[in-house]
Amino acid sequence: MIDQPTDIDLSQLTQAIYLKYSYDFRDYAGASLKRRIIHALTQLKCKNVADLQMRILHSADEFMALLQFLTIPTTEMFRDPHYYLAIREQVVPFLKTYPSLKIWIAGCSTGEELYSMAILLLEEGLLERSLIYATDINPHSLEKARKGIFPLDRVSEYTVNYQKSGGKRAFSHYYTAAYDGALFDRSLCENVTFADHSLATDTVFAETHLVCCRNVMIYFNRTLQERALGLFHESLCHRGFLGLGSKESIDFSGFATYFEPLVKVQRIYRKL
Amino acid sequence: MSHLTESQINEVDAILSSRKHYACEAVVIGASAGGIKALLKLLSGLPEYFSLPIIIVLHMPEIFESKLAEIFQQHLALPVQQARDKQMICPGHIYFAPPGYHLSVEMERSFSLSCEQPVHFSRPAIDLLMNSAADAYASSLVGILLTGASEDGAAGLANIKNAGGLTIVQDPVEAEFATMPRAAINMQPPDLILSIKNMHSVLVQLAASC
Repeated sequence: MIDQPTDIDLSQLTQAIYLKYSYDFRDYAGASLKRRIIHALTQLKCKNVADLQMRILHSADEFMALLQFLTIPTTEMFRDPHYYLAIREQVVPFLKTYPSLKIWIAGCSTGEELYSMAILLLEEGLLERSLIYATDINPHSLEKARKGIFPLDRVSEYTVNYQKSGGKRAFSHYYTAAYDGALFDRSLCENVTFADHSLATDTVFAETHLVCCRNVMIYFNRTLQERALGLFHESLCHRGFLGLGSKESIDFSGFATYFEPLVKVQRIYRKL
Repeated sequence: MSHLTESQINEVDAILSSRKHYACEAVVIGASAGGIKALLKLLSGLPEYFSLPIIIVLHMPEIFESKLAEIFQQHLALPVQQARDKQMICPGHIYFAPPGYHLSVEMERSFSLSCEQPVHFSRPAIDLLMNSAADAYASSLVGILLTGASEDGAAGLANIKNAGGLTIVQDPVEAEFATMPRAAINMQPPDLILSIKNMHSVLVQLAASC
């Protein structure tokens, strides 16, 4: 049985993590962060937060183990197919007018959103002239994204998503199945730069035409959401595009008037 | 189904009056199989001046883009909406968790959504809403658990009670599916076990005393 963490425990832990490792969870949404820390306490066999804190401060490996619980890897390929269909039909025509493109997948996790976008761009004849930045704070997730191997038992679900998203080929065209995994075509990642980047502590690194940040800011509190939106706004070129998760919005932020909805129901916005 | 007996009325009154010094600030409700009918019955006829926010997790298949808010709005006087990420919680509003996301209450009394793994095979999970609301509202929370074929909500309701909140479970004899009410009663006896009709009266009484 573990001791239930108090608010003081949690704010001490996030402060300690920040001071020691510069990972900043201090402005994450509290309810979900608390659940993940309770889950980590059980899985890492710590009696209480003080015990966990001591262990991670004395061992970077222990911290890396904790980090796997603090980040949420729930994702899928072509998640919310209608979002991808809207990108294809309503954003791509604008993107085709640029001679070269820069796209930022912020909080790319294990890469499912990245490969989905790369496939879409390839089919629309844009992948060759695109440079994609795939960023995340979790190095293990980035490594998985780089490898591009996804569990084979999810592929039938991804295939359905892909078809609904306006996919133009057989989905099997893009991967090789072996053992329990589907290895995605390496050429999809030729123009992808994987980078460790934090929306909480880092700054803008490039001017981009499209930023996709889906189901990342729901884990932030209002302050951190403002910061992240500020980075996207600064990074986007004049009239650039921003794609969010299907239940996210900029309505409750200070940036509501800095963007206009392009496809409101799919949470695709355009910089004003 | 009968109205409250006299002894039950006394019991309810005793429980409610013992809590008088706490202001009641919010109601959270969990429901699963059979929940739409039960909720319609519970919430229909709540007066327009009903002053508490009501936050609901009703299990629905994830693939449906839920129209629950629209459906309930047609029957209810109070404003009904799907809860949105980072939205502040308003008195007198009824909120449904969106399908496919867990719904939590933050300390500042706003909503947050999350894509964490399903709990008791459900996303949204009743336990997660109730646990987070118990943290945010402590003793000024009312937790209600209705019909269902799951065990979701039992732990959450126990947490509400441990935080000093008032807990009410639908009478398993009346519930269309008794598993969920029974699981909660077995984990920790709630303050009240009531029929939907009597639960409705208690809600009206609670809102009036706040």
